[in-house]
Amino acid sequence: MRDRPLEPIIRVDHLTHTYGEGTPFCRSAVRDMSLDIFPGEFLGIIGHTGSGKSTLIQHLNGLLQPTSGKILFHGQDIWADPKKIRDVRFRVGLVFQYPEYQLFEETVGKDIAFGPRNMGLTGAALQERIEEAAGFVGLSPELMEKSPFELSGGQKRRVAIAGVIAMMPEVLILDEPSAGLDPAGRDSLMGKIRSYHQATGSTVVVVSHSMDEIAENADRIAVLADAGVVMTGTPHEVFSRGAELEAVGLTVPQVTKVAMELHRRGLPIDPAVYTVAELKKALLALKGGRSGC
Amino acid sequence: MLKDITLGQYFPGNSVAHRLDPRTKLILEILYIVALFSANDWFVSYAFLALVLGSAIAVSHVPLKSLVRGLKPVVIIVCFTGVINLFWTPGDTVLFSWWIFTINLEGVYRAFFMVIRIVMLIMGTFLLTYTTSPITLTDGLETLLGPLKKLHLPIHELSMMMSIALRFIPTLIEETDKIMSAQKARGADFESGSVLQRAKAMVPLLVPLFISAFRRADELAVAMECRCYHGGEGRTKLRVLRYQGIDYAAFALAIVVLAVIYTLRFLNV
Ligand SMILES: Nc1ncnc2c1ncn2[C@@H]1O[C@H](COP(=O)(O)OP(=O)(O)OP(=O)(O)O)[C@@H](O)[C@H]1O
Ligand SMILES: [Mg+2]
Repeated sequence: MRDRPLEPIIRVDHLTHTYGEGTPFCRSAVRDMSLDIFPGEFLGIIGHTGSGKSTLIQHLNGLLQPTSGKILFHGQDIWADPKKIRDVRFRVGLVFQYPEYQLFEETVGKDIAFGPRNMGLTGAALQERIEEAAGFVGLSPELMEKSPFELSGGQKRRVAIAGVIAMMPEVLILDEPSAGLDPAGRDSLMGKIRSYHQATGSTVVVVSHSMDEIAENADRIAVLADAGVVMTGTPHEVFSRGAELEAVGLTVPQVTKVAMELHRRGLPIDPAVYTVAELKKALLALKGGRSGC
Repeated sequence: MLKDITLGQYFPGNSVAHRLDPRTKLILEILYIVALFSANDWFVSYAFLALVLGSAIAVSHVPLKSLVRGLKPVVIIVCFTGVINLFWTPGDTVLFSWWIFTINLEGVYRAFFMVIRIVMLIMGTFLLTYTTSPITLTDGLETLLGPLKKLHLPIHELSMMMSIALRFIPTLIEETDKIMSAQKARGADFESGSVLQRAKAMVPLLVPLFISAFRRADELAVAMECRCYHGGEGRTKLRVLRYQGIDYAAFALAIVVLAVIYTLRFLNV
């Protein structure tokens, strides 16, 4: 994305967060971190367990208050007026890890309506939001009248995600949306998120453990390690630094591993290829170039 | 915010206070309370007990700041007790009188010592929970109360329930925090509005919390059954409690302290 506007929608400015300050258990989960998120992009955040991913994203909508540093949303410090923080939460939607545990209403439809209703929506406008959000995550209309507790785990998660999408946030942040789903459910959910991103043009931030998932979906990647950002860049830029990724306890996508190994064995292949389609193209080109193979 | 509750929190460490047998600590705690309430209402006794508490804190390496912070939730009770004693103690040396309120010298002393007593009582109890993990504590309690099993009191079951409850308090607090954050992210407002509105705002918090608590209880029960738990009958302990040298030393010290307190009371100084 070369034509990206220079003005970030969210800027994380030297953010530090220390849990349990003044107790023997105190530790900094995020230390002097800076990161820009640009309008309309699909940003992937990866990092090993405990690297501070969840802590970081809970600052972006003001659920956590920085120990030091600032979060700027459209250039404004979100904590400039603490009374307006609820407004920020409607505009920066956050879906937690395992969001299915937050469902509470009698019906799926009512649960999805919780967010938009808190924004003051009622009647037809509210109904429209619910239907649209349910559509994005692929929940069929006959599920709307069911109790959320009768659904399968994967369906519950979709309901929870729809509950945030229904607020139509400018930025949608998802913390490990596919954790604990089977491979088919994972692909389908990521597909839904991607088409939501394309359809609405909103900014999407996805936190994930899975390199493959991030590689296939993100425009840009931020790599977190030990409470700080160690790398940002396009997937290609990030995965071409495979050795550094391994040094911080992460691996490159499996396709990239294959490409790296082929490259090491002397084939003229870009070692930073990160999708199956790209590798296939590269291999076919190679085959075409060398006849009689 | 919920994490600020320090009541009954354990500070890991390896001091003498940490290494004492939990039974010893429980007995010492009881003796300490007895001493506090038998102390003569005069400065000498309290200074002596403060010295005892101070040395115990010093030995335990628990930061004084944490102990003082633990007092925060009971400030109201302490103040209330102080005020009650200040106004309602009968006495002759009137210092101040207005409308139905009279303050006399006896009341001032009484209130002062009562407050000191409660503060020292709470700090002493916190010292126990700060230096003893909840599991060890229930272990000690179960062993101490063991003889009551002969009276068919369900001591093992009670202590098992207590350790499970203690074990799950932090988990539930964490869970509450998480669900609260998740609902706040959808615009839930727990802090403002009328009493009725606030009560209604708790629904999105309580429903998921109860569901997850029941789920956890269910999972725990299944896991315990899978490992053939069948109650206390014939059950042996992983860590058998045994008194060590430091325990006997601690008991000896406690007797000395009690002796001093009763002597001071007898001499009325
Ligand atoms: N509520 C909390 N209180 C105290 N410490 C916390 C809390 N939440 C997280 N931490 C600590 O902060 C560090 C970063 O946690 P965080 O949840 O941000 O990691 P993460 O990158 O999201 O990990 P994961 O991939 O496992 O979700 C961890 O070491 C964790 O122990
Ligand atoms: Mg996390």
